[in-house]
Amino acid sequence: MPTIDMGALKMNSVQLSQGGGASESNALVNDLFYKYFSNDILLKSEDAAVLQVNKNIAFTTDSYTVNPIFFKGGDIGKISIAGTTNDLAMMGAKPLYLSCGFIIEEGFAYDDLEKIVKSMADELKSSGAKIVCGDTKVVPRGAVDKIFINTSGIGEIKAQNISSHNLNEGDAILVSRDIGAHGATILSQREELSIKSDLQSDCASLWSVVEKVLESKITPSAMRDATRGGMAAVLNEWAETSNICIELQEDAIPVQNEVKGICEIFGFEPTDFANEGTFVLSVKKSDAKRTLEILKEYSQNAAIIGKVTKKRVGKVIVNTAYGSSRYLDMPKGELLPRIC
Amino acid sequence: MELKDLYEGFRNPQTIKSFASEIAKEAKNLKEPLRVMEVCGGHTHTIMKYGLLQILPDNIKFVHGPGCPVCIMPKERIDHAISLAKMDNTILCTLGDMIRVPGSKSSLAKERANGADIRALYSPLDVIKIAEENSDKSIVFFAIGFETTTPMTAAVIDYVVKNKISNVFFHINHVLVPPAVRAIMNPGKAKINAFIGPSHVSVITGSKIYEPLSNEYKTPIVVSGFEPVDVMEAILLLVKQKNAGKAEVEIEYKRSVTRDGNIKAQELIEKHLEVREHFRWRGIGDIPQSALKLKDEYSHLDAEVQFRDKLSNEEIDDHKQCICGTILQGLAYPQDCKVFAKVCTPNNPLGSCMVSDEGACNAYYRYGSIENE
Repeated sequence: MPTIDMGALKMNSVQLSQGGGASESNALVNDLFYKYFSNDILLKSEDAAVLQVNKNIAFTTDSYTVNPIFFKGGDIGKISIAGTTNDLAMMGAKPLYLSCGFIIEEGFAYDDLEKIVKSMADELKSSGAKIVCGDTKVVPRGAVDKIFINTSGIGEIKAQNISSHNLNEGDAILVSRDIGAHGATILSQREELSIKSDLQSDCASLWSVVEKVLESKITPSAMRDATRGGMAAVLNEWAETSNICIELQEDAIPVQNEVKGICEIFGFEPTDFANEGTFVLSVKKSDAKRTLEILKEYSQNAAIIGKVTKKRVGKVIVNTAYGSSRYLDMPKGELLPRIC
Repeated sequence: MELKDLYEGFRNPQTIKSFASEIAKEAKNLKEPLRVMEVCGGHTHTIMKYGLLQILPDNIKFVHGPGCPVCIMPKERIDHAISLAKMDNTILCTLGDMIRVPGSKSSLAKERANGADIRALYSPLDVIKIAEENSDKSIVFFAIGFETTTPMTAAVIDYVVKNKISNVFFHINHVLVPPAVRAIMNPGKAKINAFIGPSHVSVITGSKIYEPLSNEYKTPIVVSGFEPVDVMEAILLLVKQKNAGKAEVEIEYKRSVTRDGNIKAQELIEKHLEVREHFRWRGIGDIPQSALKLKDEYSHLDAEVQFRDKLSNEEIDDHKQCICGTILQGLAYPQDCKVFAKVCTPNNPLGSCMVSDEGACNAYYRYGSIENE
């Protein structure tokens, strides 16, 4: 039987054998995952985590792939935590426990994996959630693109009836910060574009700001982090599921100049760009000002951008400052640059 | 200086409002309604996105022209791209929306999903990098666009020729604005009495290419920028010309366009490309001398010559229900089409005008129905 040099396993790259459940994979688990994700439940190393939850819980899952895996303002690890905890936060649930599955391409740099895992551990601190179970598969070269991560999470519901079905005529629509930073950052970091930019992804966990809103006795009728499909997709879904119209004031929608610039060059709309730490809320008109004040403690760019009406049910309308209006449509599946 | 400093003034609400009221005043004196064709799809996009129709008087109507390079590509040429992409050891490169346009049976997007190596480029010059990185493969650049994008293709050809790169081929689909305008005006049905001239095309060609058109059809032409203030100013200039009984070429987009255009770019194009005898436009049909092709001395780079046996020249018409052709000729509006926004949507386009952001149907679908309901 061949002997395994445990020291050598820590070398440069992740090997096929490390996803196999044998001693090699134990090295990965012990030296990396247990070290960074350490908590009582995880360290029990049972087949399944045993959890004590007596309240109403929210449960969600998401898989993460992003290219490049390291980008300004974050990386695939940070997104995989922020994304899933944000999905819980958007239901008014405090993120508690997460599972985490890695699918790693053979030969993936060990240092990069450690950076990703560390970044996940750091991001967990923001909401206080714990990774309590996990799995790792290493697959042959070409079977995945570098690394895919899945996280599932459960959270304790702190506020009832937050739902995309709940928007009511008269509600105010707010956004927690300027939109489109993540999409624009990823685009600008694509190798083939060679754009120099200081843009940073908005990638961040949102539970702390959501908690503050809920603790102030404001119950949003709906909340949604504007990830893929951007703000345009969220608002269109709301308009349809709640059978209402959302009217936006174009000049109130916060967009950073650099994001605007990238949109100008390539013919994109900031409303179509993905966000990873920006959410849209609908609150009672009487709560709008107070909500904005709380959001502004976290980002000065938070804004009230529109209201719920009955003008064209199922539609989102953008009103311009010079008296015209247009529909804000769902974005197309693949964003392609314009030709001329 | 930031990028926004370049365009913010051209989207200033107060300026747009001032133009709107000035136009309203001047338009009262129009003897007949102004039917303005904006030739370029970029202008269609601006008009719909900024809702300019809603702030203009009723006697000013837009007729959406054929200036969207994706929209005018006939199905047989898209089939060419698909056939080329399916060749062994081949990478097909093209620009933006072309990926989505349906050919007779498939689209480049579908073929990409089936495993063909198809790249949507941000810049035609990326072709060179791809060719260098894949020296064992054939790189076919499916070149599209009006006069705007032609110089970039010419620059790639120039580089390939000078550096004797042997694995790059070109499938040239560059088309020309003036012959298309004639094809629309000559039948006399579209009743167009004013033109907004293209922005980026004119940067390259200069405004002089419109002078014969303005003379022949006794029609004012104002070359306009793509921003809403540009379009509003262009409309005002057109209305003023009409009221003064003039039919001249004027440049509103003075910050980028001259009468003579970019001479260097024009020379580069002339060095490598020449006018093609015939080119079939989607929905409009054959327009003589309306497109470019590689000069014969570069036939070793010409995908249409080198891969002749793989390419069919059978003409393929649009779906029977699709009226893109009539729309491109300015004879109908998207909402006149029975399948518009029902069967035909941006996610499932039957015709090319629904595919591209610059297509009239797409712009109406995205922004337009507010005024149509």
